[in-house]
Amino acid sequence: MRPELLQTFDELVACYPEGKEKSAILPILHLVQKENDGYLSVAVMDEVAAYLKIQPIEVYEVATFYTMFKLKPTGKYVLEVCQTGPCCLVGADGIIAHLQNTLGIGMNETSADGLFTLRGVECLAACGTAPVMQVGDYYCENLTPATTDALLTEMRDGTFFARMERENGD
Amino acid sequence: MGIKILLQDLDQDIFSIEGYRAKGGYESVRKAFSMPQDDIIEEVKKSGLRGRGGASFPTGLKWSFLDRKSGKPRYYVCNADESEPGTFKDRFLMEKIPHRLIEGMIVSSYALGAHKSYIYIRGELMWIANRLKRAIAEAYRDGFLGQNILGSGYDLDLYVHPGAGAYICGEETALLESLEGKRGNPRMKPPFSATVGLYGCPTVVNNVESIASIPWIVMNGGDAYAQIGIGKSTGTKLISACGHINNPGTYEIDLGMTVEEFIYSDAYCGGIKDGKELKAVIPGGSSVPILPKSLILKTAAGEPRLMTYESLMEGGFETGSMLGSGGFIVMDETTCIVRNTWNFARFYHHESCGQCSPCREGTGWIEKVLHRIEHGHGQSKDIDLIVDIARKMEGKTICSFGDAAGWPVASAVRHFRDEFEAHVNQKGCPFSC
Ligand SMILES: Cc1cc2nc3c(=O)[nH]c(=O)nc-3n(C[C@H](O)[C@H](O)[C@H](O)COP(=O)(O)O)c2cc1C
Ligand code: SF4
Ligand code: FES
Repeated sequence: MRPELLQTFDELVACYPEGKEKSAILPILHLVQKENDGYLSVAVMDEVAAYLKIQPIEVYEVATFYTMFKLKPTGKYVLEVCQTGPCCLVGADGIIAHLQNTLGIGMNETSADGLFTLRGVECLAACGTAPVMQVGDYYCENLTPATTDALLTEMRDGTFFARMERENGD
Repeated sequence: MGIKILLQDLDQDIFSIEGYRAKGGYESVRKAFSMPQDDIIEEVKKSGLRGRGGASFPTGLKWSFLDRKSGKPRYYVCNADESEPGTFKDRFLMEKIPHRLIEGMIVSSYALGAHKSYIYIRGELMWIANRLKRAIAEAYRDGFLGQNILGSGYDLDLYVHPGAGAYICGEETALLESLEGKRGNPRMKPPFSATVGLYGCPTVVNNVESIASIPWIVMNGGDAYAQIGIGKSTGTKLISACGHINNPGTYEIDLGMTVEEFIYSDAYCGGIKDGKELKAVIPGGSSVPILPKSLILKTAAGEPRLMTYESLMEGGFETGSMLGSGGFIVMDETTCIVRNTWNFARFYHHESCGQCSPCREGTGWIEKVLHRIEHGHGQSKDIDLIVDIARKMEGKTICSFGDAAGWPVASAVRHFRDEFEAHVNQKGCPFSC
């Protein structure tokens, strides 16, 4: 792993009491996943285990429990649309169908150009601004077929994350 | 409109620490340091504040259970996992007024004698976690965090810890497991977190909204807080309203307003969208019983239903519900209750941690049978079957997820049995969904 990344790991571990380094596993896996093209391979999980001085199985156990961790390669943009009750009351099903038709893929599939993966996720605490999808660290809310198309265009143009970062001050 | 305690000054720039302090922000830290810790706990007890995470346990009482004699470090943890479908109030507060939570964390940590405190925020809200981190850095810069805060001799470090996608991590002990770097499996209780919590040390876990209420209580006193609201439902409550209404959003209400006003007033939900009729409401997040229009507006005894813990529970499981987390889900006349119930059943099946067989197997079974009914392959006896499964999960599991997963199903059948039967008889969904 890159030395800068290891330094960030050290900073994360310092948030917890001595001897409780394992607590940093979720923040570390989030970082590693981002660095590793959006998924956790066995090789990188083993590196995390070595860094935290724990058994690899302890990392696998955690990585498989939490839905935000992907264990297989994904498209460049993972579109995670909320499919829980409140969102469905106001049209989440329609947005999912629209994405499937537009991208020509089903749930948990990746478009042939490798750009998009479509997933259904559970309530994102955005039921008042539904329908909603998460893309990377950000939420796209109040989706309509038209705004969804505009977002896809931004993603194809490669300007999406830059705008999100700017708007969120990240 | 009532007093604002949590969303006060929302129309001003109180996002930055400068703006927040200009409106009196962080004054409660100074005041708390002038009070003995026990007096702060006493004021919180007097306030009658009840946990806003859903279980509504009195906050002051919870604080007084903390083991302060063990000689071990004590921890204070904020539950910002907010994943209960229909609930998005904590997120709103953290997004708009991060300093209100941070101020509450400092005062509460001081009262409980914690020197390391954590905000466990669901991982999906990464951009809000980043906002909180920047706000925390501002608070360190202004001397409200770190060593010898404001010359008081009190030290506190505050950290933000992201989860990674798991509804169950909102359950207090699952959250602590997760914070320790493990899978989010709820722990057997007892022992309770007050004696054996984070890293085996005495710990208090509180919800974002509970914590954000503390500064006001310290500044104005527990009695002043207790004067707002009705009976044992004191203070203000954030309600996140969604579904078929004109104004979805997060509202701060005085506990005690009528449900009717909350639904139909333009200051709140603004009535049902597109001029349709109200059909049903789930008033406290997906885990509480659903009520049809007739029972959400009035109790079975014909009294107006109020937005209080007691009034929403009036009638028990037969004809009542719960205030829960304040996730207020409104459904109009076009809603298919069977489909909606199936959707929640699917959610609970997906989110069960799998430790207890009744919950792991029961949620899967309910989902399957409901799917069958919704798609026209159900039989009459399936309707009783799902109620039976729900009842067999209740009270037989390590955490209350098992109960929470069954209540929506049992109540949907109780109040909308004819709709389930119509699906069976017509061999399909009458709402053509
Ligand atoms: C399945 C389940 C999920 C829960 N999810 C949350 C949650 O997302 N946020 C929360 O504050 N409390 C949640 N709780 C309640 C917590 O266990 C705990 O009671 C709460 O954090 C205590 O804080 P309070 O007393 O301030 O409400 C959940 C409980 C259960 C059983
Ligand atoms: S009740 Fe369900 S969620 Fe809770 S511990 Fe048991 S299996 Fe896990
Ligand atoms: S149900 Fe989709 S964000 Fe809550």
